[in-house]
Amino acid sequence: MLEVKNIYKTFNPGTVNEKVALNGLSLTLEEGDFLTVIGGNGAGKSTLLNAVAGVWQVDAGQIIIDGEDVTKLPDYKRAKYLGRVFQDPMTGTAATMEIEENLALANRRGKARTLRRGIKEEERALYREKLAKLGLGLEERLTSKVGLLSGGQRQALTLLMATLQKPKILLLDEHTAALDPKTAVKVLTATNDIVTENNLTTVMITHNMKDAITYGNRLIMMMDGQIILDIRGEEKKKLTVEDLLHRFEAVSGEEFANDKVILG
Amino acid sequence: MNIVNLINALPGACAQGLIWGIMAIGVYITYRILDVADLSVDGTMCTGGAVCIVMMQSGHGVALSMVVATLAGLLAGMVTGLFHTCMGIPAILAGILTQIGLYSVNLKIMGKSNQAISVDKYDLLVSLRYIKNVAFYRNTIFIAALFIIVIIALLYWFFGTELGSGIRATGCNETMANAQGINTNSNKVLGLMISNGLVALASALLSQYQGFADINMGRGAIVIGLAAVIIGEAVFGKIFKNFALQLLAVALGSVLYYIVIQIVLWLGIDADLLKLLQALVVAVFLAIPYWKGKYFNTPRVKKEV
Repeated sequence: MLEVKNIYKTFNPGTVNEKVALNGLSLTLEEGDFLTVIGGNGAGKSTLLNAVAGVWQVDAGQIIIDGEDVTKLPDYKRAKYLGRVFQDPMTGTAATMEIEENLALANRRGKARTLRRGIKEEERALYREKLAKLGLGLEERLTSKVGLLSGGQRQALTLLMATLQKPKILLLDEHTAALDPKTAVKVLTATNDIVTENNLTTVMITHNMKDAITYGNRLIMMMDGQIILDIRGEEKKKLTVEDLLHRFEAVSGEEFANDKVILG
Repeated sequence: MNIVNLINALPGACAQGLIWGIMAIGVYITYRILDVADLSVDGTMCTGGAVCIVMMQSGHGVALSMVVATLAGLLAGMVTGLFHTCMGIPAILAGILTQIGLYSVNLKIMGKSNQAISVDKYDLLVSLRYIKNVAFYRNTIFIAALFIIVIIALLYWFFGTELGSGIRATGCNETMANAQGINTNSNKVLGLMISNGLVALASALLSQYQGFADINMGRGAIVIGLAAVIIGEAVFGKIFKNFALQLLAVALGSVLYYIVIQIVLWLGIDADLLKLLQALVVAVFLAIPYWKGKYFNTPRVKKEV
């Protein structure tokens, strides 16, 4: 479903701030794979996601989604294939627009935007039903402005928007990191439900090792723009946080010095 | 200071306010919906009038002249949009560049710095003369109000369509818009075109109303437009929630602005100081939301999920 072939990305090349963010990274995902990505700050996790999303062009390498080479496509064209949820709850929704307007925008992802009505009556029933499943009471507030919602509600809405048109790949960039623990669990549970129900190919970055182990069928750890650990299938099911730490030390030759990752 | 003088001047202020109201609606589209302060309108506010007057002088009908004037505005907006999106120039600077460029364009259109048109020789749609003692359907206030109603209706429809919603999303949150597959660059160009088209239309009406087009008629137009937007929101913001009513509030804000100007003039202030007054008033109104946030910030209650 997703093929990332030997991609490179350097930020601020030729300056003192030069940063090699992706260093010849390759990754292949099959349909229905749920990949979790962990790694320290600056490991290149978000850069990998942004490369797939097309926020900018990679320096070298190739990105193929469902057989189509999208390496040169700008982000708004790739959006046809992708659902995205961001770390900041403010990023994924339009605050000054209503809940149903946001959903209607998402429901037209990948389609030509014409002079037809921006939202049709029959869509509202669908939105109400989908919002009810989130269990946040948003189904009664279709015409509320999104800016009035809490971070957790906005993140859940963004998740719904990202999956309203079934994406070929769902990209989650630490989408629960900015939420309080209780809300984070709710959003994560909703994520898992939606991914499982629709058999979505998913890439989820997380700072939380336990979550990375609990969810998904494959786990990668990144460092310095490369994948240093790749664990899948039965092996991943048996994995514990301690195993992961030991294996990290063995591969990288240093201790995993990031409390946030360990304690989550 | 005879109150009769003031009352006599009010219909004219209303007519002028309504014509500038069309311009202010154009400013609202960029300033509020696209979240861009587009300074090209200072140029467009002359271009529309220049095109309209010159075309009428060369024998074209008023309707065609106004349509072409509006098209000229669309074109000017497109130039600003392309400066901004294709050439990566910050929006505010892109607008200034267009404005400066239009100065020469406007001179070339008119051939000199102003062109007059006589209401006696030409069949004008609006005029200073059509304020009193004319049939109501010829009255400039009625015609300008009609324009505003039709424009609001069209914009209300447009911003409710898939395309229009995309423009609103672009102005509100570009990252989100991109993630939903919206081409934000083309939407910005489109928004700037619509805005400048409306400004040029207002300009075409204004030049007929005052009987001439002048190279300086657009100077400071952005400030009048912003003043109208801000006054409209301040006065009607609490009651006008619907999008169409918000646009109406902007038009009414423009009328209020011209009535206030008329009162200030009636009070005998030096007319040379008007622009200074205007700039200060707009500056204070723009500062109010900032001051509110900074000095009267009430801690927000954390919402439950």
